[in-house]
Amino acid sequence: MNVLGDAWDWLADGANWSGESGVWNRLTEHVLLTVVCVLISVAIALPIALWLGHLGRGGALAINISNIGRAIPTFAVLVLLGLSPIGMGDTATIIALVLFAIPPVLTNAYVGMRGVDRDVVEASRGMGMTGGQMLLRVELPLALPLIMTGIRTCAVQVVATATLAALVAGGGLGRIVTAGFDLQDNGQVVAGAILVAALALVVEGLFALVQRFTARTPRGGVTS
Amino acid sequence: MASGDCLKRNSWICGKYFDEYSGEITDALREHVYLTVVSVAIGVLVAFPMALAARRWRPAGSVLLGSTTILYTIPSLAMFAILQPFTGLTETTVIIGLVLYSLTILVRNMLAGLRAVPPDVVEAAKGMGYGPGRLLFQVELPLALPAIMAGVRVATVSTVALTTVGAIVGSGGLGNLIYSGIDTLFKAQVLTASVLCVALAIVADLLLLGVQRLLTPWERAGGRKRRLPYVSAPTAEVDTRAGAAA
Repeated sequence: MNVLGDAWDWLADGANWSGESGVWNRLTEHVLLTVVCVLISVAIALPIALWLGHLGRGGALAINISNIGRAIPTFAVLVLLGLSPIGMGDTATIIALVLFAIPPVLTNAYVGMRGVDRDVVEASRGMGMTGGQMLLRVELPLALPLIMTGIRTCAVQVVATATLAALVAGGGLGRIVTAGFDLQDNGQVVAGAILVAALALVVEGLFALVQRFTARTPRGGVTS
Repeated sequence: MASGDCLKRNSWICGKYFDEYSGEITDALREHVYLTVVSVAIGVLVAFPMALAARRWRPAGSVLLGSTTILYTIPSLAMFAILQPFTGLTETTVIIGLVLYSLTILVRNMLAGLRAVPPDVVEAAKGMGYGPGRLLFQVELPLALPAIMAGVRVATVSTVALTTVGAIVGSGGLGNLIYSGIDTLFKAQVLTASVLCVALAIVADLLLLGVQRLLTPWERAGGRKRRLPYVSAPTAEVDTRAGAAA
């Protein structure tokens, strides 16, 4: 199939890498969008999950948010926000991305906190630790592997979803794909898709490496 | 104010939209259901031998689980775009993509379900002279059913949502209405299609729950009438760590 050849030619052409719609600029947009959204999601979801997990309340909420999120099409939310007064653009994209990135962080962190051995928690209470100390010095470190799994799922999901932003006039690597469709240039479509897939796999791989080096307890997580 | 003007005013909710576009909505809904059913059905058929292979040979298991997880990481827009030059702007493209995504969840849950069958039960069945085929279909599969059905439910719900992205290659069911709404700024159409999509996911989930209850009557028998020494299989969905595919 010479589509792959066309895709390779497109990628090998230096002109496609520079300029506003070039690969470097789209890649930068994509990574920036991802970093911003992951940071916002973690900043919102992590404190809530840690607190709920510490208190042992709101479990049904934390778990169900994930299940509901799965049923709502991201694409639909992006378009709905785009048509609302917010308008199509970065704000709509960031809101949609954060909305879908919160559930994995929340659920995994909550499950991680609840999974901490109760005896250990009781022991730390017996040692005279305050609630805050128990949370930060006992529960949080023990829950860390699952918390990291949640953040990893969140990051990969944001990379994937940021691709869809291109459909509603957002930036990012998805733009190369949609532009290829408009130009009916299959080489460019496939080249863009390969770049997107590669970025998602790189992010997944990086997190897997970080987890392998930081976590000593076996991983195992909750699906997004 | 006559409600007939709501199309001109481009309201979010508009009764006239349903009247005038009912044919279009029904077609999109039908396509959406068709794509979901076909994709999940093929997914189950493909995932089952994969799960059996993964159970039989451990190395094959890691390879199969690893590769389906990698596939799940690839963003849907990219997936459909990569397939599109080979299979064209057709439903086939969307179905292949959706099947690939469903495999991650289905294989993991089938494998977990089969592995959770108590060894005593398997030994007992063997002692009673059950061959491998009868053992699988009459003993192991029924016991693994709750875990398998949990996987089918998760896969179906995600497939309903993911189908919308198929609009990029022209076959996204309700997604087509959402996609065309971007250019036309047709609010009633986008909202209706989005709500229908979520409703479809919920209905499908409830239907599958009903099927699961019909297929596993012993689960409801409440301990008294249990015909098999049943140890409850993991009913919650089993971990599908990586999760993207939006």
